[in-house]
Amino acid sequence: MSKPVKQIHLAAHFPGVNNSTVWSDPAAGSQIDFSSFAHLARTAERAKFDFLFLAEGLRLREQNGEIYDLDVVGRPDTFTVLTALAAVTEKLGLAGTINSTFNEPYEVARQFATLDHLSAGRAAWNVVTSWDEFTGQNFRRGGFLAQEDRYLRARQFLAATWELFDSWRGDEITADQDAGIFLTDPAPGRFDHHVDQFDISGHFNVPRSPQGRPVIFQAGDSEEGREFAASGADAIFTRHGTLEDGQAFYTDVKRRLARYGRTHDELKILPGVSFVLGDTDADAREKADVIRHQQVSGPTAIKLLEQLWNRDLGSYDPDGPLPTVDPLVGENTVARGRASVRMHRDPVATAARWRALAEEKDLSIRELIIAVTGRQSFIGSPATVAEALNHFVQSDASDGFILTPHLTPGGLDDFADTVVPLLQERGVFRREYEGDTLREHLGLGAAGAVRSDPAGAANRKAAS
Amino acid sequence: MPSAPSPLHLAVALDAAGWHPAAWREPGARPRELFTARYWTDLVTEAERGLLDFVTIEDSLSLQSSSFTGPDGRTDQVRGRLDAVLVAARVAPLTRHIGLVPTAVVTHTEPFHVSKAVATLDYVSTGRAGVQVKVSGRADEAPHFGRRPAVPLRVDELDSPAGLALLKELFDEAGDYVEVLRRLWDSWEDDAEIRDAATGRFIDRDKLHYIDFTGERFSVKGPSITPRPPQGQPVVAALAHRAEPFRLVATSADVGFVTPRDTEDTRAILTEIRDAQATAGRDGETVHVFGDLVVFLDDDPAAAADRRARLEERAGAPYTSDARVFTGTPAELADLLLEGREAGLTGFRLRPAALPHDLERITRGLVPELQRRGAFRTAYEAATLRGLLGLPRPANRYAAL
Ligand SMILES: Cc1cc2nc3c(=O)[nH]c(=O)nc-3n(C[C@H](O)[C@H](O)[C@H](O)COP(=O)(O)O)c2cc1C
Repeated sequence: MSKPVKQIHLAAHFPGVNNSTVWSDPAAGSQIDFSSFAHLARTAERAKFDFLFLAEGLRLREQNGEIYDLDVVGRPDTFTVLTALAAVTEKLGLAGTINSTFNEPYEVARQFATLDHLSAGRAAWNVVTSWDEFTGQNFRRGGFLAQEDRYLRARQFLAATWELFDSWRGDEITADQDAGIFLTDPAPGRFDHHVDQFDISGHFNVPRSPQGRPVIFQAGDSEEGREFAASGADAIFTRHGTLEDGQAFYTDVKRRLARYGRTHDELKILPGVSFVLGDTDADAREKADVIRHQQVSGPTAIKLLEQLWNRDLGSYDPDGPLPTVDPLVGENTVARGRASVRMHRDPVATAARWRALAEEKDLSIRELIIAVTGRQSFIGSPATVAEALNHFVQSDASDGFILTPHLTPGGLDDFADTVVPLLQERGVFRREYEGDTLREHLGLGAAGAVRSDPAGAANRKAAS
Repeated sequence: MPSAPSPLHLAVALDAAGWHPAAWREPGARPRELFTARYWTDLVTEAERGLLDFVTIEDSLSLQSSSFTGPDGRTDQVRGRLDAVLVAARVAPLTRHIGLVPTAVVTHTEPFHVSKAVATLDYVSTGRAGVQVKVSGRADEAPHFGRRPAVPLRVDELDSPAGLALLKELFDEAGDYVEVLRRLWDSWEDDAEIRDAATGRFIDRDKLHYIDFTGERFSVKGPSITPRPPQGQPVVAALAHRAEPFRLVATSADVGFVTPRDTEDTRAILTEIRDAQATAGRDGETVHVFGDLVVFLDDDPAAAADRRARLEERAGAPYTSDARVFTGTPAELADLLLEGREAGLTGFRLRPAALPHDLERITRGLVPELQRRGAFRTAYEAATLRGLLGLPRPANRYAAL
């Protein structure tokens, strides 16, 4: 019996604050002006993508005690720009990264419910858990959350917002003008939530939104992160881009679903990937090489190396060999507010691996950084890329992709015009939106099947 | 020669189906659409057709209620609302000239988040954003956040020592909050983004500034993650009924909404605000003081009175408000507004009793009437909200001279 052909899910990640965005290209536009966001969103919708995705950062990044100036700096507020995009699109899902440490459930639930109302059912929330004190210096809450508490708070945050989303059943408002009955419940939206992180109660004031609750994304790779995703998320944004890594991750996470009474299809795995298109494969490879060297200049290579080494390496030559000293272990004091810092869990081991790789292939610092920091990239002619993407999905390395173009805002135009039609011809990507909501685009069930304790891992484990 | 009186500024305050609690039952009302984008787009588009300076959008972090401590159990009035900043953002790309001033509750939110949200509203509207800051002393809002004790206070207790102490605390915090908003908006100089390919630098980091704010309730390091918005400083507004909020308007706001009972009261309020403005060292700056009025408007005075009576009957009570309530024709309202300008108000914020009816009577009745009297613009004369209000684009406080 042959496996059914899977439909690919595609999303667009607005490129921004990271060294993958090539801002020096003459075609690069503003990373802030609304016209840039509108352009990418319209392109994604023209291509029938599932959604547009925004990352978030809540403190400008620093390195060696100075604001980082080599990459794009600055971004707009996630909720505000996504809601404005709802005005210039009709079907495209709108996914925002919102931190569970420096926000409160009542407010975040209101904002997502509002976005869902104002977009007629297209909202998604990527729950992230950044905890550091550095970011906390911008907030009332401060930076007190210990690392081990961040998923506790994230789980409890999600459970609390879930209770708020479910606090209106959806049938309260009758607005019967003759009878003078606006709503049937005298005090709708009741909630009561008393756990370690939250001691909240009262009445939620946004009526149930079209999707009931937004689509939930998780981005994070630790054991807790995977478990968190398996217990309550609708999709995972992952960095596992190679076929083998992707398959291993896919198998691991999908295996965890049963524990929470969930089926294989209830969690979509979507790696963030980049792509480079050319007339021929050789042409694309050449372009990709130029792009990688634009992304990783000599100074950028040193900065990226410092983020692992946790030392000032300013005196090193990017075209020379890797430092022989080991990384400084402990709190990273050199680079702050950088996601990659959190990804380096065992810096000494990583450094050893990088050194071995550099020796084996005779790589300079810059060439090594280019080799190890690249995300999975699909490079080739449109036909090659379409084939590779499809192979990846059909081989269960993912359910689709979140594509990060390296150019703002036009970086997706070619993909939409050339690769998407080829996927459509193969019958693996939609030609028209079949539904109106993001939940429908992703083939997720209605949010009606309420698990009011989305992350109640412990309870469900105990019961099974 | 007496100088020509400055033209009147005009805003409308949008709230659900209108400010009268029975407004949703009116024939033209759209009570089933209050949570849709189209409803809000239609209202703001109508206000823009009338060349109004801006709309405000009301908000709160609790269910609407006649009680200060929790839901009042009424099922015959509108309950539930959307986040006002996001409503404004949704409408922004579909309008071109009108200012958008959503409400933000400052007592329970993060100034860092609100600062970047309003800056972003300024980007998505290309320079038409403002924010109406609002404190919350409601007993039922604090438990929604669980971060500060609920201080149960009744409206009639506001003048007690405990009431005054609470007001002072809330408004001091609001003052700090606005200071943080403003510093964050200035935390990037306008030309901080340099994209200097030769040196590989995207920004000139010397043009980004830590704001290092430390106050009683919160501290914020900065800089903002969002570059300085198009207006430099979006417009800050606040509603004020008494001394503490008057001080907030005088020290921190660009526009204050006040609720005088009559001309004499208007003069007294203005004296208080202008004195506080001088004390705060802001004499040289324009601080608009707008009068708030709830309006029942019809071309025939009897029709307006009848409509008000009908709404009151449906509500089962005479209509009262913190603001003066006007019932009558556009011409009569124009008289009242010009009288207010005479007393020193620079504009008015009209609260339509019923939507869209009273909004349309403002845009299609009152505005032409004021135009005939040479007291209101006949076309939008500026591209930004600050421009419409005659406020200069402010210099950046951190920029080296
Ligand atoms: C693909 C991906 C994208 C992420 N995007 C963001 C982001 O935009 N903002 C943020 O604060 N954290 C982001 N994170 C960080 C995660 O939320 C999380 O804090 C981090 O990965 C550590 O979690 P872990 O220990 O489960 O891996 C991202 C992580 C991944 C893997």
